Amino acid sequence: MRALLTRDLALAVRAGGGFGLGLAFFLIVTVLVAFGVGPEAALLSEIAPGILWIGALLACLLSLDRIFALDQEDGSLDLLATAPLPLEGIVTVKALAHWLTTGLPLVLAAPFLGVLLSLPGPGYAWLFLSLLIGTPALSVIGTFGAALTVGLKRGGLLLSLLVLPLYVPTLIFGAEVARRGAAGLTVETPLLLLAGLSFGALALLPFASAAVLRVNLR
Amino acid sequence: MLTVSDLSVARGGLPVLDGVSFALGPGEALVLRGPNGSGKTTLLRTLAGLQPPLSGTVEGGEALAYAGHLDGLKSALSVTENLRFWARVFGTGEIGPALAAFDLAGLEDRLAGNLSAGQKRRLGLARLLVTGRAVWALDEPTVSLDAGAVALFAGAVRRHLEGGGAAVIATHIDLGLPEARVLDLGPYKARRPAPGSAEEAFL
Repeated sequence: MRALLTRDLALAVRAGGGFGLGLAFFLIVTVLVAFGVGPEAALLSEIAPGILWIGALLACLLSLDRIFALDQEDGSLDLLATAPLPLEGIVTVKALAHWLTTGLPLVLAAPFLGVLLSLPGPGYAWLFLSLLIGTPALSVIGTFGAALTVGLKRGGLLLSLLVLPLYVPTLIFGAEVARRGAAGLTVETPLLLLAGLSFGALALLPFASAAVLRVNLR
Repeated sequence: MLTVSDLSVARGGLPVLDGVSFALGPGEALVLRGPNGSGKTTLLRTLAGLQPPLSGTVEGGEALAYAGHLDGLKSALSVTENLRFWARVFGTGEIGPALAAFDLAGLEDRLAGNLSAGQKRRLGLARLLVTGRAVWALDEPTVSLDAGAVALFAGAVRRHLEGGGAAVIATHIDLGLPEARVLDLGPYKARRPAPGSAEEAFL
């Protein structure tokens, strides 16, 4: 397991690994929104939590199709499936590697991008926390989508169409935590629901991902 | 070590082989022969557990090391990193003997993406040695190998057999393994169901 994680992390940061692409995309989306909406600080600070969450979500989506497609192209996926690792463990490690290389950098960068959208002062901590709790769900759900589309040629667009609706609950509660936090309201309920979504996805989806992967390897 | 009884396999929903049975003991090798499309790859993938059989059983498939048409190499990793990854996945430590067996010494720090086709294949076959598995299922292992490398490969297979291992090899060329049994898949070809039969509409 550890070998697979270190290999995936090493591959992500080597040439052509795509590390930082999501981060750059997140930065660009945020800047574009700031340009598009105009320099009205009041309006920007109103929409900042939602925009930052949507930006993070789309940036997460960008690298999903690499999770299994690269391993499938070079044959490693077949070899991994015959290795002594359980397939459920493999998909969990893959999701973890995706979160560490895509989700975590987004979480760390989001407060800085909040400045561009003049996010209100109390919102920073809640934005950070909501992304920290919510992005693992994005990676786990995305891994499921990647496993579903692994055998398809140019499955990237289909993957987005499949995964984006599944991201809706995470987006609703995540953005709600950040919005309420920024407005100085109580955040307990959406925060608990967001955490519940993440833990639920983490507990259940690896089994579903492994099952569809088995079907797709045939 | 590997017992296959009355196995039927399908590719793309169509049966390709029917009623295949054989048993391999320690030190035995089986060479699969048959024209293109006769089901050699499908049979090997079924043995490796990558796809379920239509009917019949495979015993011993969990202790099998599979090597397909693709080598499973990461071009951004070096030869050593690629091999060490598989050694760690399979829980074996030493990669030195595998590098030596396929004459990869001197290429250790080269990125796999910069290897020639034959060198990639040799690295892919060296992976078999670090799996520590007793049964090898090899699909066209000699593609893009030169005569010298084929001899290296035959030597590795022979040492594996002498060490009590077994191997199932699908190949078209003579490997120089006179002790290997040959299984011609021609007689096992599955009869296609009549076109338009009831089940076909639902496949």
